This record gives sequence, structure tokens and C-alpha cells, in this order.
Amino acid sequence: MSQSLLSIEDLHVSFSTRRGMVEAVRGVTLAVEAGEMLGLVGESGSGKSVTGFATTRLLDTAGRVTAGKILFRGQDVTKLRGDDLRQLQGAAMSMIFQNPRAALNPIRAIGLQIADAILTHKRISKDAARAEALDLLRAVQIRDPEQRMNAYPHELSGGMCQRVMIAIAISCNPALLIADEPTTGLDVTTQKVVMDLLADIAAARGMATILITHDLGLAARYCRRIAVMEHGRIVEEASPKTLFGAPRHAYTKRLVAASPTATSRIEDLVTAEEWERHAAVVSNARPPAAHGTPPLLEVRKLAKRFDQGSAAVADFSMTMAGGESVGLVGESGSGKSTTSRMICRLIDPSEGDIVFEGQSIGHVASRDFHRSRFRKDIQMVFQDPNESLNPRFTAFDCIAHPLMRLAGLRAGKELWQRVEECAERVGLPLDLLPRFPHQLSGGQKARVGIARAIACRPRLLVLDEPTAALDVSVQAVVLQLLDRLRRENDIALLFVSHDLNVVRMLCDRTIVLRNGGIVEQGESRALFDNPKTDYTRKLVEAIPHFESGPAMATAL
Amino acid sequence: MTSATLRHSVWILRGNPLTAVAATGVLLFVLVAIFGPWIVPYDPVVSNVSEALLPPSAAHIAGTDQLGRDVFSRLVIAARLDLAIAVSAVGISFLIGAVVGSFCGYAGGKLDRAVGRFVDVMMAFPLFVLAMAMVAALGNRIENIVIATAIINLPFYIRFARAEVNVRRNVGWVEAARACGESHFSVVLRFLLPNILPAMAVQISLNLGWAILNAAGLSFIGLGVKPPTPEWGIMVAEGARFISTGRWWLVAFPGLALMMAVLCFNLLGDGMRDILDPRMRT
Repeated sequence: MSQSLLSIEDLHVSFSTRRGMVEAVRGVTLAVEAGEMLGLVGESGSGKSVTGFATTRLLDTAGRVTAGKILFRGQDVTKLRGDDLRQLQGAAMSMIFQNPRAALNPIRAIGLQIADAILTHKRISKDAARAEALDLLRAVQIRDPEQRMNAYPHELSGGMCQRVMIAIAISCNPALLIADEPTTGLDVTTQKVVMDLLADIAAARGMATILITHDLGLAARYCRRIAVMEHGRIVEEASPKTLFGAPRHAYTKRLVAASPTATSRIEDLVTAEEWERHAAVVSNARPPAAHGTPPLLEVRKLAKRFDQGSAAVADFSMTMAGGESVGLVGESGSGKSTTSRMICRLIDPSEGDIVFEGQSIGHVASRDFHRSRFRKDIQMVFQDPNESLNPRFTAFDCIAHPLMRLAGLRAGKELWQRVEECAERVGLPLDLLPRFPHQLSGGQKARVGIARAIACRPRLLVLDEPTAALDVSVQAVVLQLLDRLRRENDIALLFVSHDLNVVRMLCDRTIVLRNGGIVEQGESRALFDNPKTDYTRKLVEAIPHFESGPAMATAL
Repeated sequence: MTSATLRHSVWILRGNPLTAVAATGVLLFVLVAIFGPWIVPYDPVVSNVSEALLPPSAAHIAGTDQLGRDVFSRLVIAARLDLAIAVSAVGISFLIGAVVGSFCGYAGGKLDRAVGRFVDVMMAFPLFVLAMAMVAALGNRIENIVIATAIINLPFYIRFARAEVNVRRNVGWVEAARACGESHFSVVLRFLLPNILPAMAVQISLNLGWAILNAAGLSFIGLGVKPPTPEWGIMVAEGARFISTGRWWLVAFPGLALMMAVLCFNLLGDGMRDILDPRMRT
């Protein structure tokens, strides 16, 4: 054990909260060898980030290491004080955070921020530090490093900001790098570039890395060893190949099953027992639409220009039949959110028309659309469940809201019945209805959001990244729920997402958007298996799969 | 107030003794303002020259003034007037400011810019001088003090509501409310306004203290409430003449009353935010 660069022995971390002490980490034992990249995988609340923060001694003041040792080069990190601690933080080990834009100082040029990091640990002149900062910008492959030295964080994209964070983290050549969800919130293609860069730098400089992530595919692609955490404990530790090929622990099995892959089907996402309950429903497949029925939705040459004149969306056309599911994929800035909001009639298009059930609704101003008879037929599920529920409404109020506004129900027995029926359809326990959003978990909030959207029995449901903020196991359940709703109630789904694996599974057809225009569209499976354009191919290749990952593991 | 809110309030107060003290203080001021006439030992306006300028004693715990009136009785009676001026002035500026600011913050565009510039211009004036000018022009009456105080408070509420609504206008639940069939108008009034109330409550509490000071200040310089009506500002102004001869109690007690009122309202502000914000409940 003593040879390991970092060895964590039986670590316990507790947080003092209003309801007493809460144990976030309960007995983690972990070793990291020099130069190795270790994946620490788990869902939110599993204690993976807390372990990382405890190792770098960056725990919140409410948190305390209650037992165990963290030995870094044989020295117990938990006992370090003063100068020894400062030597450790940043110089011997450093951390990369989830949101790079928030971690950078917004009013200081990035070159200076990198130089600052160097100057806190090395006694060199300012000019020398600037020169080193420039070298680091080159090392993280930022184009035109001389000019970028004077750029401010808001002038850079998210991926660029993360590169700057990496530059700061490696500025003092630490022996250990802890990357806490370094690519969450970045597009798949950017994620691949940043992770490749991080892996190359770590390998070239012989740095050990702990990659903390919720994404099994990502960990499998870059790590040779993965530790899976649940409820503050490590439940399994193995190479990606064994972990995904033959998971031993029940939790790992569930996690592996819930992660969508290139070949998985909706029904594969949960264990067989859970699926059986829905099996009856699956069997009655939707009959194909009778020939000659008009499409549910027809979008003709839709365009949206904002005040500055740049087009967010241009020449967007599509049709959807009742009960069909269509995926809308693209990177951030591709115009997919703008398009979905235009179809949902929350914002007005600059050009083009939207025809719903044979009636033009594109020319009804969005400010008046709340009075349209189609308002209840087109509903939306919003991206972040944490932000899509009114903080002053209980779950009941949220679901009752459309019923009162759009279906004309009044407070009373019938409203109660309808709300409870909706809650049951999305699998939300009825005793949660009186709760406020902050008293619900992410998955429960997502269910409330879906229950609200289906309360008035819409014909078209627009889903804006409904699972992006959810854990994979929760995502699996939500996806199944959506699929079931589509089959049972014949609701058409327009699924906006950047997660191609999810779209492939859930959607009959897929439309790929880039810079506001359609790049490619077609039947989902064909489109992903055999992309026709370079852009789609790049998107598909960037998805981390654990089938492609163990290439590294087998090379060992 | 439901029992959950009550329990939550008690929890907040227990964790914040300072807020508890401030809340008690404010409650005390309010009780005094309501029940003042029944608890005063002497008539606050009837003069009794034989007992003029007596120092604090058992009979007159805060002493007597130059006309022999009991200072403590006058302080107690003044609480009602001072609080009434402050509460109505702040109430008016809150109602107008929150509504105007919310709509500006939600709509953006030309209206927002126009109102924003108007507020900037108002804030460029020394606000107390503006209030003085208004009372002088409109006439020396209590309702004019209220109007003047309300107007000089207005810019803060407009700005505050505008900023608070602006950060929430594109949030998911606002769009969701629109998808549920709400018009822009009702989204602002029924969804955004209730959500910015916790933050506004802090502003209200801080402002109440400031409004009390403002009303007292106007009276102090002779604009506003006229003698012999008991009012903290006038009492300080009248007592100031006697401070050089060592009659400190004429100034000290009304000054202390003012200070305590302002302090209590300010301290209460932060505690109130915690109580009203549903997210702080677990």
C-alpha cells in the first residue's frame, strides 16, 4: 500500500445539517498509482465528489473527515496545516471542476489567471510566469495563444474555458489531478476533444488522474480501473471490461443496464422484473396510421432571426404523424431549443408556418396562443426539472395548474381525481403531492413535469432534454415512461436532445441540426448506423460507449 | 399562517437569536403604536409648567420637557404616527414599484429602458432634498410626508423588482406557466411577483427603518408634523435647544427610540427572507 501515490483508507466524511449529522462517505478505501487514470463512478449523492473534495482538503465547512486516512506520498492529508497544506493544494495535487465558466474569475484575463496560479507556488518573475502561461495555453491546444492570453472567460466557449482550467490545474506539474465531472455540460464532440487532451497531458506528464463522473461510457473509454460508488461506499472496483462484461454487484448491474448504448432498446434499461409490469402494454403495438390521414404537425420553412439579424433557425421543415416520435439533435447553438419553442408556440417565428391538425397556428401570435384551442394539445416538458417547477407551488398545484387553466376544472373532487390519475400514470407516489419542489428528488421533479404536460391529454409533447439533469437510472425509468405514454395514449413526441444514444432508442426518426439548419434526417437506426454527412458521423463517433472503450483495457 | 410556517419560523428564530430579538423589538413597537393611548401615564399634550424640565425620576421615567409634558408619554404616543407614516409610505412605494418593476423586467425593450432612465434620473437627486422640496411645495401635511417618502423610495423598488424578475423571466417554470395557458400578464402578477416577495421583504424591512428616519428628519427641520403633536423628530428638534444646559433626556430618549426602531427593522430584514423563502424549508 505504501508504494501508492494516493491511498485512501476507510474514509468517513460527515456533514452537519439541520437534521443532524449525515454521513456522505462511509468507509472508502482506494489506491491510485502514479500515472494512472482511475474512474470514480456513481450517481448523485453517492459521495464521489465528496471523496474528491476531502482528498484535496476543499470540503465545505459543514463537512468533516470523521475517520480514516488519506495518505498522499505517505503523508496523511487530513492532518496537514498551514504551509504544508498550501504546498499540497495546487502544487502536488489539483482539481478541475464541473462548471469551468464559474470556476474562472470573470474579470481577469485568462493569461493572468494562469500566471497567478504559477506565482502562488513558484518564486519567479512575472514575465517568466507569463511565458510559462503561454506555454501552457499551447499545451492545452488553444489556437492563437498569444491573443487568447488577454481574453476574458466570457469570450471563450465552454470547451475553451475547460482547457484553461486544465492549464491552471497542470501549471505546477501536480502528481495527482482530480477531475470532477470535467465535461458535464459540454457537447459530445467538445467532450471528446477535452477528454482526449486531458488523457494525453496526463500521460505525457506522468500525472495520476481521478476522473469523477456519472457517465459510465466516459469512464470506460479513458480509465483502466473503475470504482463504482453507491451510498458513500465503493461497491465494486474492476477494469472496464470486467465491470461491463460481468458486473458482480447488483448496483453495478443496474447501472450498466441503465446506461444507453448503441444497441440497447428501451426495454433493456431496467432489469427484467421491473419490465414485466409494463410488458402487457408493449405487446399492443401501435397500428400504422391509415393512409391519407393528414399529418399531426407540419412545419414549413420555419425561420427565426433575433434582433442582431443573425438567424438562429433557417428553413426548417418537418412533418409528424400522430403517435410518432421524432428526435431533434444537435450541439449547443444549433437552434434546437429555439425550434422547439416555436413549435410549442412560446416564441414567434420570423418566417414560415406551423400547421397543426390542418390548421395554421404559426401566425397566431405567441402572446395570444394561450387562448387558442390548440394550447392544450401542444405541451412541453422542460429541460431542468429543478428549474421547471414553480417554487411556490406544491406538486399537486403544478399538475392541477393546466387542468384548471386549460380544461376548466375547478378545485374539488374531480380535480383531485384527475391529478391523482396523472400522478399514477407517471409513477409519482400520491403522498408526494403536497410537497414543494425543493422537497422532491430530481427524478420526482421530472415526473411532476411530465405529469403536468400530459394532464390535459395533449396530442404533441415537446421534450427539451428532459433527462439531461438526471442520473442514468432515473433517466432509464423516465424514458420508459415516455415510451409507454406514447404507446398507450398515442401522444406524438418531439424529443430534443444531445444524447444520441437516447434518441436512437426512443425515436422513430431523427433530425440532425447544425447552425440552425437541417444537416440530415431519416429513420433513426439507419441514420446512426450509416451517417451520410461528416457532421453526423463526428457526432456519432464522439459518443463514449463502453463497447468501444475496452480497446484500451484489452491492450493491457 | 399554517402550522408548518409557524414551526419553520420558530426554527429560523432559534438559529438566529439576533433576528428573534429584532422581531420582538418590532412587535413591541407595533403593540406600543396600537395600545399607546391606554398605557401612557400622562396626557402627552397638556402642559404643566410647574413641572418643566425635570430629569428622569420615578414619576417621570424619561423626565419632562420645557412645557412640563411627560417625555415617556410623548414617546409612546409618537410611535403610532411614526410607524403609520413609514408603513403607508413603504406600502405605496412597494405596491407601485413591484408592479412597475416586474412588468419592465419581464417585457424588456423600450418601456424598460424608458423607466430605467427615469429611475436613474430620480436617483441622481439627493433624495432627502427631493422629499423636502415636495413637502414644501405640496404643503406641510402628514399625507404629503407619506407621498414624499413613498416617491423617494420608489426607485429602489422598481430597480429591485426589475432585477429579480429579469433573472427569472426565462426560467423553466415561467415557460411552463405559459404552456399551461397563462397570458404574459398573469405570469407576471400570479407567478413572478409571489416568487420575488421573499427578496422584496428584506427590502421592505430595511426601507421601513429608513422611512421612519426620513419622516423624523422632515419633522426635525420643520417640514412635516407640527408641534404640539408628539413625534420623535420634533421631539429631538425641540430638545436640541436644551442640550447645552445639560438637559440630555429631551434628546436622548426620542433619539434612542428612533435608533431602536430603525435597528430592529433592519435586523428583521434578513430573518424575514429566510422565513418567507419556501426553499429554506426542509
